[in-house]
Amino acid sequence: MEKHRPKTEYSRRERFTRWCVGEYDPSAERLETRAPADEAARLELQRLQEYAANADRGIHHELYELGLRRRVGLFTRFYRVAAVLFALFLAGVLLLTVSYLPRFGDVSAPENNEVARRYIEKGLEETGAVNIVAGMILDYRAFDTFGESCVLFVAACCVLFLLRVDGQEDPRSQALEDMSDRFFEPRHDAILQMSARLLVPVITVFGIYVVLNGHLSPGGGFSGGAIIGSGLILYLTAFGFARTGRFMTEKLVKILTVSALSFYCAAKSYSFYTGANHLSSFITPGTPGAILSAGLIVYLNICVGIVVACTIYSFYVMFRKGGF
Amino acid sequence: MVTLRIILLLFLILCAVAVSFSRRLLVSVSIYMAFSLALALIWLILESPDLAITEAAVGAGISSLYFIMLKKIRSIQTAADRQNDRRRGTPTGGGD
Amino acid sequence: MGASILTNYEEIGAVLLFVIGLVNLLLQPNLVKKIIGLDIMDSAVYLFLAAKGYIAGRAAPIYTGGVTDASLYINPIPAGLVLTGIVVSVSVSALMMALTICLYRQYHTLNLDEIMMLLRRQEAEQLQHLAAEERPGDLP
Repeated sequence: MEKHRPKTEYSRRERFTRWCVGEYDPSAERLETRAPADEAARLELQRLQEYAANADRGIHHELYELGLRRRVGLFTRFYRVAAVLFALFLAGVLLLTVSYLPRFGDVSAPENNEVARRYIEKGLEETGAVNIVAGMILDYRAFDTFGESCVLFVAACCVLFLLRVDGQEDPRSQALEDMSDRFFEPRHDAILQMSARLLVPVITVFGIYVVLNGHLSPGGGFSGGAIIGSGLILYLTAFGFARTGRFMTEKLVKILTVSALSFYCAAKSYSFYTGANHLSSFITPGTPGAILSAGLIVYLNICVGIVVACTIYSFYVMFRKGGF
Repeated sequence: MVTLRIILLLFLILCAVAVSFSRRLLVSVSIYMAFSLALALIWLILESPDLAITEAAVGAGISSLYFIMLKKIRSIQTAADRQNDRRRGTPTGGGD
Repeated sequence: MGASILTNYEEIGAVLLFVIGLVNLLLQPNLVKKIIGLDIMDSAVYLFLAAKGYIAGRAAPIYTGGVTDASLYINPIPAGLVLTGIVVSVSVSALMMALTICLYRQYHTLNLDEIMMLLRRQEAEQLQHLAAEERPGDLP
């Protein structure tokens, strides 16, 4: 400490004079890393610097590498054995647990309790949905599904943060991405385009059917949205960004997702505002089996479908080109 | 029905083991897609058609994501890549 | 050992799949295979849940003919839980794939051990760099 102090003082002063003269810019490359706000970080940095300065650099580097390699080798061997042992132990414990669980398909199992019975017995009358699962996840447990749609939206946002390439700020990587996209993807593939022309309308219509029939038959927003998203991905693969860019722009995806989520939020908030008892609301369950029955479930299914389709499509677009 | 259940479960376990033992990533991802399809059949046997249709649709969506990722990390080699490799003598792909 | 290990095939399969996925996650150096291992673990948990909701001899939870008798349909609750879980697992694996692509762009490898080695080397080089900068008097 004592030894180094005057030197650093001197060098700081010298740097200051050089900065005054204008030949040294302290913020040139490491202003951000060298602004330790708290004392602990500054001390840690100082300790590291002293440690690095005191060691003889070449030999230290060699030794460090050697020791590191030996330690890594030892650790790897230990880690492998420990991982296998832990996995075997876990398998044993879980199999022992399974052997004491109720038998497969047993009616008297504890999870078949009054909650499930009530959902089945009163579900048709209270929600109007023929599909009990749809009635459950979009009516009794609608907030769970809302949070889950938000998870999808947040995941799409995170992928956007990680993979987005901004053409205005960084034209070089944008050009690189475009080039690699052109290099990797087929252009004007006749077989692909013909089959896409035949399949994409069918897939999209089937997806819309699954979404709209979510309360009447198996399916619903999640599966229908995934089907529509897959259809869009097929269309994009066959015809390229020039064709899909006409209707699926970034703005449209944003507007669709956010408005679907806000509609969902508003609809369920209204239902909870009326005392979590939406039976008295103006949207009645209707006749079970009709397409416009089951109260809000159809609209919520459409919202979830839009969110899922936009999310899957934007995942694909982000992965492929880093932007719409 | 019990036989079908056992066969499907064994197929699932076989797929799960094969994923880690296959040498190329493209093979691993394809095996995982087969896993997803067998799982959709199991949902059907367990009387949950909602899950079956969701698993099938999501499997289709995620397989395209996996494939595009393999392209990004150059594990699916194109003809130009192979030519490049031959010239340089080293594989570029991230496949294992 | 209890007696129901002879009948609970789905649960045993789920346990084995979970352990296989876990071993994949722990021992596989390749990042893509790690992601697939996590997906397999997800599927194992869903398989366990759905198997717990099944009741022998009953139909899928969709009203047929307007009959609302609880002794005709299987338990709908695990199906609802798994339905939301499947879609969340998709977004999780998409996020991890994006992270993998970022790592590959930075280090040009998918092997986690190699990435760790490169990181350590970078750290050592940075320390040297700092040391060289902090001692301007020693430089010739």
